[in-house]
Amino acid sequence: MTALTMKLLSAADASTSDAAAHTLVVANTEDPRSLALEGVARIDLHFPKFTDGRAYTQAFYLRRRSGFTGEIRATGDVLIDQLVQMERQGFSVAVLRADQNIDFAQKQFDRYRAFYQGDAVTAKPVFSRDENKEATV
Amino acid sequence: MYQYTDFDRQFIRARAAQHRDQLERNLAGTLADDDFRPLRLQNGWYIQRYAPMLRVAVPYGELASRQLRVLARIAREYDHPSKEVFDKAIGTQATWGTTHLPVGYGHFTTRQNVQFNWIPLTKSADVMDLLATVDMHGIQTSGNCIRNITSDELAGVAADELADPRPFAEIMRQWTTLHPEFAFLPRKFKIAITGATADRAATYWHDVGLHLQHNAAGELGFKVLVGGGMGRTPVIGVTIREFLPWNQIMNYLEAVVRVYNRWGRRDNLYKARIKILVKAEGQRYIDEVEAEYQQIITVDGAPHTITQAELDRVTASFVPPTLDLNAPTRNVTVPAERQADYARWLQQNVALHKNPALRSVTLSYKRLGQAPGDADADQLDTAADLADEFSAGELRVTHDQNLLLPWVRAVDLPALWQAASHAGLARSNVRLLTDMIACPGGDFCALANARSIPVAAAITERYQDMDELHDLGEIDLHISGCINSCGHHHSGHIGILGVDKDGKEWYQVSLGGSDGSTLSGPAVAGKVVGPSFGAHEIPGVIEAVLDTFRLNRAGRETFIDTLHRVGFEPFKLAANSARLVDLHAELHQLPKSEGYARDAQEA
Repeated sequence: MTALTMKLLSAADASTSDAAAHTLVVANTEDPRSLALEGVARIDLHFPKFTDGRAYTQAFYLRRRSGFTGEIRATGDVLIDQLVQMERQGFSVAVLRADQNIDFAQKQFDRYRAFYQGDAVTAKPVFSRDENKEATV
Repeated sequence: MYQYTDFDRQFIRARAAQHRDQLERNLAGTLADDDFRPLRLQNGWYIQRYAPMLRVAVPYGELASRQLRVLARIAREYDHPSKEVFDKAIGTQATWGTTHLPVGYGHFTTRQNVQFNWIPLTKSADVMDLLATVDMHGIQTSGNCIRNITSDELAGVAADELADPRPFAEIMRQWTTLHPEFAFLPRKFKIAITGATADRAATYWHDVGLHLQHNAAGELGFKVLVGGGMGRTPVIGVTIREFLPWNQIMNYLEAVVRVYNRWGRRDNLYKARIKILVKAEGQRYIDEVEAEYQQIITVDGAPHTITQAELDRVTASFVPPTLDLNAPTRNVTVPAERQADYARWLQQNVALHKNPALRSVTLSYKRLGQAPGDADADQLDTAADLADEFSAGELRVTHDQNLLLPWVRAVDLPALWQAASHAGLARSNVRLLTDMIACPGGDFCALANARSIPVAAAITERYQDMDELHDLGEIDLHISGCINSCGHHHSGHIGILGVDKDGKEWYQVSLGGSDGSTLSGPAVAGKVVGPSFGAHEIPGVIEAVLDTFRLNRAGRETFIDTLHRVGFEPFKLAANSARLVDLHAELHQLPKSEGYARDAQEA
């Protein structure tokens, strides 16, 4: 079972807690590997539509290739049904679209015991994870 | 075939529960239709012209009889519209001449899946639970994600096989399943894999085509093709890697798909497939994939390298079934008056096998009165019975929309022929003209410009004479109801495409296409013969084209060989001279499909 470690913010929370300093807002067209990340505490990645998956690759690059350990925040069309995959790709904060019900979110994280493939958080696929050796048989 | 582990089973059940949760929220009004659509599409639920369609995944086409029986049960118990839905459907379709819409049946697709056309969405969660009881699901059978991986229908049994592709197809199935990064790609992404010398999986027509082969040092690996696809712009895949070690395939595909996710176009639906990216960027795309692959190895530590232990674990599921080759067979004598039929069936429907004592046998779902690839509940059950009696309980859904029994003892052929014949599944037309590929077309699909089923029926009816059909020899006839090309018209020796002109039903005819098979030659899109034809003209056009073939044919030459030798012109001329003076086209005003075009676009 995966745990909900992401911080979920409503649109209202996000606007009041917004600290623009040390925050980078990265467009979907940018390659985040080219960014200077010194002193950056937070990076906002945008979902123009929830079906636009570019930010998943951007988050992966930040975590895996740039070694960024600060906050990666999902903004835009952020729905509870995509939170699990966001967390797996390295997002740490999600600003939910205004109409989303936070109460439904935890249930999404309770569902799967584990996933087959590696991701930005767990690098190895299930067949190569020591702790899951029994899980696959 | 692959044996599900507890982990796999739990995973599928969790997926079914997730769908139920989403459905319930949608019905309760807390998950909006627009937000639900991409989620249900990735479980195979796609709303068509009148009712939802369910596309059930059959990974690389492999089915067990117990699974087929559940598909039969779904056809029998769930594939029925409400009276309102059916009345609206038949009432509307009647305006363009359709008088019959079948219900209670399954449909085999060119991507080796099985579809149902009438299940009410409110029952979808129950159906997913039922499928999960036999290790089945609809994961990623639709939507802009990595789809069900297809393979050679003879995988693991083909006499010309270099290596069995199924263990790799299964390991890749698991890798693609709910991949967090690749769930919302610019467009759908289709992978085909083969391990044989002959290409029976149309690999050059896929987003990624994989050929298992050995290099000069005798090591096993893949030739990797990328950027093939049909649709509005037919493109043949290019080789991006001549040789990739077998254990690197997922690390490498991660690079292929990641660069596509970053660079693929999202501004225009018709330019969003990877083929457009590969064409536009050429070497730059290839260089970026290689650079990304190197990063995956050096920086990430090549995490998705297939271990020998994992390959061994999965391969253990694919050992041939133990058959008692000396067990007695049912004593069946083929009657004298059926000897010719039987000989033709042996020639067309029976293929040689890795094991000289065995054969693989195709059950033909191309016959009068039912659409190509359709099977009702009883026919699905019958196929399951035949598989149990003659094929160790295993079947394959073929790319050509038939079922194949992969483990038939040669001594059982007369008994199987008799049983299949009694079930109406022994028509000896495999690879012949009437073994056509056709999509469901305008009778079901919201995107179609024209119907496919009546055209398929008219041609089937015209070519019922088995002497004539066998004399014509092997011909690929492919019919698509629209440019999305689900019926693969581009790759047909004869291709028929439904087009929309003034809201009416028209058909474009093309010639000389190839799926890349040994019969057809290197993969290529057919050439259009001229302006489109009315539905009434199509049988005459086909007849004229085939007459030209007969006129020019040298000996027993095949249609495609004659076309290659003689050239396109005489066939084009013949097709265009078959135009009618009066088209009666006003009979076929296209009923507009409201609403669900967005489902179709994402499907």
